[in-house]
Amino acid sequence: MPIISLDPRVTRLEIPEEQGLEPIQPNEYFETYEVFHQAKSGDKHIHVGSVHAPSAEMAFLFAKEQYGRRSKSYNIWIVRSSDITSIMSEDADIFATAPEKTYREAGGYKVREKINAFRKQHGSTQQSS
Amino acid sequence: MYGGGYIYDKSSPAEQHQDDPAKLAEFEAKIDRGEKIEPHDWMPRDYRKQLIRMIEQHAHSEIIGALPEGTWITRAPGFRRKLALMAKVQDEVGHGQLLYNAAETLGKPREEMINDLLSGKSKYSNVFNYPAKTWGDTAVIAWLIDAAAIVNQVTNSKGSYGPYCRALERICQEESFHLKYGHDTVVYLATGTPTQRAMVQEALTRWWPPIMHFFGPPDKVSVHTEKLMRWKVKLASNDDMRQQFLNMYVPKIWELGLTLPDPNLRKNDETGQWEYTEPDWDEFFRVINGEGPCNAERLAVRNAAEENGRWVRRALMKPVGQYTQPLC
Ligand SMILES: [Fe+2]
Ligand SMILES: [Fe+2]
Repeated sequence: MPIISLDPRVTRLEIPEEQGLEPIQPNEYFETYEVFHQAKSGDKHIHVGSVHAPSAEMAFLFAKEQYGRRSKSYNIWIVRSSDITSIMSEDADIFATAPEKTYREAGGYKVREKINAFRKQHGSTQQSS
Repeated sequence: MYGGGYIYDKSSPAEQHQDDPAKLAEFEAKIDRGEKIEPHDWMPRDYRKQLIRMIEQHAHSEIIGALPEGTWITRAPGFRRKLALMAKVQDEVGHGQLLYNAAETLGKPREEMINDLLSGKSKYSNVFNYPAKTWGDTAVIAWLIDAAAIVNQVTNSKGSYGPYCRALERICQEESFHLKYGHDTVVYLATGTPTQRAMVQEALTRWWPPIMHFFGPPDKVSVHTEKLMRWKVKLASNDDMRQQFLNMYVPKIWELGLTLPDPNLRKNDETGQWEYTEPDWDEFFRVINGEGPCNAERLAVRNAAEENGRWVRRALMKPVGQYTQPLC
């Protein structure tokens, strides 16, 4: 028996209640693309999410609807998700030594104490600021 | 929009999976510290399973939830309301997309989720198995069902799973428009002619039981969710969220001179809690299991959409592999 709806448009479609639809096949919903949104010129592109699409162009159209329909937008980047290289969290210790590398930072160079000690010892006549 | 009252898996003791205790302790410590879990982090098997189920139900609810309101787009009174309703319905479908993405990060492909929706295997929020009889119903849905959804979504956005929180953050921003639009539509009718007032009052009376069902069965009968609370999958009990909703919206309903079909509904000033007649929970379970007034229509319409769109997707299928110039 076809569906009788309160919405005349649905009733007019004469949709059978049981359609015996063949299931969607794996990958039928295409690949995923990651979306990076740039709100205005001068801003960075920021990752906002992903979309399923058959091509980068279609991914762009979907991304424009999904992530650019409300807020200000200047550009969108689309990247196939499988093209992104990342690590598993258990390997996150590869970043563990970063905070120890103070020789890379401005704050890793403290000269004032040495200068003060030097001036005290040698009785420098110059006024310190 | 979305529906609360998630149906969690009742994992039987026989299929209880033993997770690596050291990894489990580390995982729980991370959640206790308020850190988020990301897709590539280790997670207990049950955490993954329950999250997929919950986020998937949420996504289906957005998609099916667009149907009762969507049927009113062509009949919306006036061009401005038509535009606003179209924008809202588009948002809801967009929410579905964001949530399917979040669920996919846990390892269930999009195709499987849609298949489970189409076959009736997966659930969606019970409220969408009720019809939107008049324009008044769409007003009540946009205001109060979305309001209830916001209570639920704001709560869930403080959960432990990163991708779900990020999706919800975006969703909540859009929901604030739905709430304002819904309130505006109800206020317009409630402050209008006697016929308009009657229309919105009737719709409210019709929708009150499904609204009371929205957050799911009372805590004393709902399945054991301690572990889900500890893992910040579930963040507030069904009754707590219902209380929060009543506290925020019953006064706003009453100030319009509208009435609710529950003579026992009142705030107890001593306890600060709302008292009400428990809605018919047998009906809730009957409807969830397929016997609601619109279950068959919702699934049939969704199946027809899938079938009618299939040739478009097949036509778009094409081999990939092209040279890509670096972006910058
Ligand atoms: Fe929504
Ligand atoms: Fe909404």
